[in-house]
Amino acid sequence: MSNIANAFKNGKAFIPFITVGDPDLETTGKVVREMVKNGADLIELGIPFSDPTAEGPVIMEANLRALKGGVTTDKVFDFVRALRKDVTVPMVFMTYANVVFSYGTERFVKACAETGIDGIILPDVPYEEKEDFAPVCKQYGVDLISLIAPTSENRIAMIAKEADGFIYIVSSLGVTGVRSEIKTDVHEITAQIRANSYVPCAVGFGISTPEQAAKMAANADGVIVGSAIMKLIAEHGKDAAPVVGAYVKQMKDAVISV
Amino acid sequence: MTNQAGRFGVHGGQYIPETLMNAVIELEEAYNHYKNDPQFNAELTELLNEYANRPSRLYFAKKLTETLGGAKIYLKREDLNHTGAHKINNVLGQALLAKKMGKTRLIAETGAGQHGVATATAAALMGMECVVFMGEEDTKRQALNVYRMRLLGSDVIPVKSGTATLKDAVSEAMREWTNRISDTHYCLGSVMGPHPFPTIVRDFQAVISREIKQQILEKEGRLPDAVMACVGGGSNAIGTFYHFIGDKDVRLIGCEAAGRGIDTFETAATISTGKLGIFHGMKSYFCQDEYGQIAPVYSISAGLDYPGIGPEHAYLHDTGRAEYVAVTDDEAVNAFEFLSRTEGIIPAIESAHAVAHAMKIAPEMDKDKIIVVTISGRGDKDCAAIARYRGENIYE
Repeated sequence: MSNIANAFKNGKAFIPFITVGDPDLETTGKVVREMVKNGADLIELGIPFSDPTAEGPVIMEANLRALKGGVTTDKVFDFVRALRKDVTVPMVFMTYANVVFSYGTERFVKACAETGIDGIILPDVPYEEKEDFAPVCKQYGVDLISLIAPTSENRIAMIAKEADGFIYIVSSLGVTGVRSEIKTDVHEITAQIRANSYVPCAVGFGISTPEQAAKMAANADGVIVGSAIMKLIAEHGKDAAPVVGAYVKQMKDAVISV
Repeated sequence: MTNQAGRFGVHGGQYIPETLMNAVIELEEAYNHYKNDPQFNAELTELLNEYANRPSRLYFAKKLTETLGGAKIYLKREDLNHTGAHKINNVLGQALLAKKMGKTRLIAETGAGQHGVATATAAALMGMECVVFMGEEDTKRQALNVYRMRLLGSDVIPVKSGTATLKDAVSEAMREWTNRISDTHYCLGSVMGPHPFPTIVRDFQAVISREIKQQILEKEGRLPDAVMACVGGGSNAIGTFYHFIGDKDVRLIGCEAAGRGIDTFETAATISTGKLGIFHGMKSYFCQDEYGQIAPVYSISAGLDYPGIGPEHAYLHDTGRAEYVAVTDDEAVNAFEFLSRTEGIIPAIESAHAVAHAMKIAPEMDKDKIIVVTISGRGDKDCAAIARYRGENIYE
């Protein structure tokens, strides 16, 4: 069992996402520590990609700002190494297939294991293509996180049976971004996953308010929030850490209230 | 366990969000059913012939041949198709397929606007809703085509993200497809993206080489020595190559856009400057930096201004079956003007890249050799941009 399981030991998990290097690495470091202090159970670190096709405008712009600021994969690994000196919560990367592939998949995964990254989320790698990445991840003990979408239907059992770490349930059609309403029957998806896997499930995409978080947490083991946090960072820039910290506290309180 | 569907050597695959997986599986199943269905094929042939004006002519360019003084040059006149480019071949096939699948809405990306116009046309004909994504930069370069799409009843959405060109239009169309799948078919315009698109688009464009083969045998009694076409994603090129792949004596030549030169950053020549990567649903060659960030490519031609190449081309390059050459903006503009003056044919600036390479190699070949150059589209849409390139400001 990987370190990721520890994220789900404190009641329902709250999993914040942050694009590394927006507006700069120093701020990302401050925000991550503040998120941990305020109850974040697992941190999803986004390695920026030039063309993030699964992202809505908020995270897309965060990616582009980070790249413009000079963030590279090597700098992200250096950043994680420094972060791991005092941050012990599980951490996963969220990035795109080409970032891993171009670095050299084995070199990338090995660096994850060495720096203390527990898992990798690749939204453009579905079940059918995971053989490019999964065996290397297994070899180095890094979990390749599986995603399940509202359209997965007959695919849920197949995906869940081979899932490691946690399962990322995509709450809505479309790309990442704040939504006023989430219509997917997450309860039904979770029930199908549960019949096929013991791996915890976390729901993401579109969640921004404590009410939504509580509602989603009722049907899953954790809640993932990205765009709402990146919006705060876009607004507050280098001073974002306390604001994000307060937000994380509010969200963690909401998910454990369930 | 791994599904190796849609692989061309190491290239291809289905690198897309889980949200779209059932949609591409459903598309593949429908395509496999209808591609051998006599009624579907009869309907498609009727549309291609009666509506789109096929078969397109294989024209012996006598004056061009005499002026260059070498190999005989034939032009495959895809520019004479309805809507003015080869794009209609694929679109009529996909729109008919989408209709059979019960879809009521088409979305598409477009670069030069030719695929967008073709999709808007098919949507009008078949009574479907249509939304076209086009890089904001391209809506300026190709303003006439934006108007044509709107005239045909489509919405055109300018894409402002990234470099605001074809790559960003593809990304945005993919985002929209993940957002609305049940009634919507993504009518992808080139031999790229996730499986089954590279295969479907190739099959619908293969009509080009099927006709060339028959026409050249009628006219010359033998196969050509070389067939050539411009390559962005590569749909007219694969259409031109496909039925000659097994004929080892026929050279297959793809002409990429070098922009301001392959030794500059302002280029879109993927085979010359790219490396293996994963993007837009496929493994193939892409222009990218050492960390896999996709390069902001450039070409004067909006239709070739794309940082990748279709996976089957990547494979034809790996095996050495096809050759890929880079043609600069300057060479393409010269060819655009040269063909206009020599033959009275104004080619699309995309197609002018292939003409430019023919102008290089024809004079070095014996007079009994035969080259076929596919003129993938007509150049009316480019006149204002080329005039600007020459320092003349004209109103469209």
